[in-house]
Amino acid sequence: MRCDPRPRFLLAENNRGPASAVHRFALHRVRDTESGMTDLALDSIKPAPRAATAWDRLKTNRNWLGAWFMLPAAAFLILFLAYPLGLGVWLSFTDARLGRGGEFVGFENYEYLWDDSTFWLSVFNTLLYTGVASTIKFAVGLYLALLLNERLPFKAIIRAVVLIPFIVPTVLSAIAFWWLFDPQFSIISWSLKKMHLITTNIDFLGEVWNARWSVIFANVWRGVPFVAITLLAGLQTVSPSLYEAATIDGATSWQRFRYITYPLLTPIIAVVMTFSVLFTFTDFQLIWVMTRGGPVNATHLMATFSYQRAIMSGYLGEGAAISTAMIPFLLFAILVSWFGLQRRKWQQGESND
Amino acid sequence: MTKFTRRALVQGGTAMGAAGALTGPALLDWAKAWAQAAPWKPEKGAKLSMLRWKYFVQAEDDAFVKLCEAFTKATGVKVDISRESYEDVQPKASVAANTGTGPDLFWGLYSLPHLFPQKCMDVTDVADYLGKKYGGWVPSAVQYGKSGNKWICIPICYSGNMLNYRIDASNKAGFSKFPDKSDAFLEYAKAMKAQNTPGGFALGHASGDGNGWVYWCLWSQGGNAVDKSDKVIINSPETAKALEYAKQLYGAMIPGVASWNDASNNKAFLGGEINWTDNGISIYVAAQKDPTKKQIADDMNHSFWPVGPVGHPTELHLMYPVLAMTYTKYPQACKALMAFMLEADNFNPWIESAQGYLTHCLNAYDANPVWTADPKRAPFREAAKRSLTAGGLGSVGEKAATAIADFVVLDMFANYCLGREDVKGSIAIAERQLKRIYR
Repeated sequence: MRCDPRPRFLLAENNRGPASAVHRFALHRVRDTESGMTDLALDSIKPAPRAATAWDRLKTNRNWLGAWFMLPAAAFLILFLAYPLGLGVWLSFTDARLGRGGEFVGFENYEYLWDDSTFWLSVFNTLLYTGVASTIKFAVGLYLALLLNERLPFKAIIRAVVLIPFIVPTVLSAIAFWWLFDPQFSIISWSLKKMHLITTNIDFLGEVWNARWSVIFANVWRGVPFVAITLLAGLQTVSPSLYEAATIDGATSWQRFRYITYPLLTPIIAVVMTFSVLFTFTDFQLIWVMTRGGPVNATHLMATFSYQRAIMSGYLGEGAAISTAMIPFLLFAILVSWFGLQRRKWQQGESND
Repeated sequence: MTKFTRRALVQGGTAMGAAGALTGPALLDWAKAWAQAAPWKPEKGAKLSMLRWKYFVQAEDDAFVKLCEAFTKATGVKVDISRESYEDVQPKASVAANTGTGPDLFWGLYSLPHLFPQKCMDVTDVADYLGKKYGGWVPSAVQYGKSGNKWICIPICYSGNMLNYRIDASNKAGFSKFPDKSDAFLEYAKAMKAQNTPGGFALGHASGDGNGWVYWCLWSQGGNAVDKSDKVIINSPETAKALEYAKQLYGAMIPGVASWNDASNNKAFLGGEINWTDNGISIYVAAQKDPTKKQIADDMNHSFWPVGPVGHPTELHLMYPVLAMTYTKYPQACKALMAFMLEADNFNPWIESAQGYLTHCLNAYDANPVWTADPKRAPFREAAKRSLTAGGLGSVGEKAATAIADFVVLDMFANYCLGREDVKGSIAIAERQLKRIYR
């Protein structure tokens, strides 16, 4: 490792005057990082310094200092992320009730859930909800991104408009959807009736599959802008010269998409879809406002079911077990995209960082 | 903290819109005389804090604040009131009981004191005093109030849930009198649907209206979640009968009830979409207040729940008990306030201000003018008397409260009515859940 030349210069100065704080610091640094040769030089300049103690070394160790700088952030993460997560996992092994501690019961909560048809229904709902909503969000988002990347009149305004569903607080949009899907006052049913397409109101949230598609639709509406805008940002990093070259080679627009856009966009797609899947998987507000998990638990996601059992019914331990059961799924989603990213790096031959 | 601002706000509000009967020096004189005579002498320098459920009717809260102010003037004991939505009182009280610190008094929902009976102050003397003076307690209030031989809380009031119906449409369907038997009610529902004026009960996760009707249905057919010793007995032919009854009734309801929450039937009724449902008096009050809904207010009435084959009323109404924690430093002041709240001079104007949302549980208050001023409120007068407790045949307490909060019975009915499960399957799911709750 090469040494910064400045300390040597400072050292020379040090010879003639009293060592200022800065000088001393620089001096220690040299000592710390350099080999015995510098020490020798030091000895010849400064008369008999006391032997460097372990504390001296520690005081000036960059890693040590770095650890201190990191401490607030680490404390924050431990206090507000790691501790609650750990506590949640611990609670899932107890029979804690709301407002009072519990005793360790081992896997009792998990055993109960294993035979609980409502729990498995919520797992099924969560996977369906996440799978279908994420796929549609990706397809529609990519389509919108490609569209917005074209030359369009009023491009800036259209791009801003696309973001609106993302800006509206989730609870508000959920309430709006709740009214749109109301069994008696739905504007959709009303319009279709006026157009004589249907004779009775559509029971959006009262029929099992209607309710599932309705909440998925609401989630897609809310999630598309995030995917679209992020992919659009990715699209704009693709160099136009690649497209020019491809056009000259006579590539069709599908080929341009398949062999230029898609490969260059994949890292961003991986990141966006990871986030999208995580958000969808852990969704709570939309469901809670629109259906509270009904009809007959047909739209309960693991998150809402956990809240129902832990807070509404007071079975904190069981609720914690349900939310702990989400962790493997989430880890799986993260790992898939992580390894996916690794592979792509290798594919594109980007071995250096 | 927020307590001060809230209190300041409420005080400001009261000053502007004072409830007539309560004001004036007469009340103060009476309160002072009461304090002299009352068997409970508050400790020197006593100060009380109370956490109560958040009001539905502003006038009720105003009247309550007035009442507490009179108490302060008469006894010198300050009362600090904070409010929480009624579902949130329970967790806060549980934590307070566990840690031994917090408000002295909690005013929450039905089973609250039974979550920690040994942490509730023995208020048998207050209950006896009030019971003797005001014509005795209604039976369900005794069940809610007592743990063993001790009273651990004072039942203050009920919030009734009755049938709401449109008069004209019912007449047209051939029911000039609202059916008082469950079989006749089923015919009524079918006739209403046939003439295109259907009604409906919430079958979604609606804590009040949804649980209200499914428990009525289960009990009216002789079904029960648990027996007297809290043994789960849901798996019975009577439960199956109740499910069959509910399915027929569901067939006669307006489509969409499976997604209803507590607010859905209110807006559907006020929007003229449904012609019968179960609710508190709020639909009626809202219709009266809104000039455009006047014809609905005029054309609607309330009724008791129809009686089923079991031959007695099987209704479930919410009860609001007030309890004092054993950790309070001022037990005498707590008792004095509890008794003071239910004395006629305080309670009458207070229950009147609630416009029928709340029902007394001391028999003497049947005479309150709130019930006679408007005959359409009359069914709500009987809410406390006709109510069973949340536990059904079994104990009142945490287990019963959990079963209700987890919608075990509601989901059983919804499962069958929506055709998700057959009779056996729906009962089996509920039985399994109940067995865990009641283990």
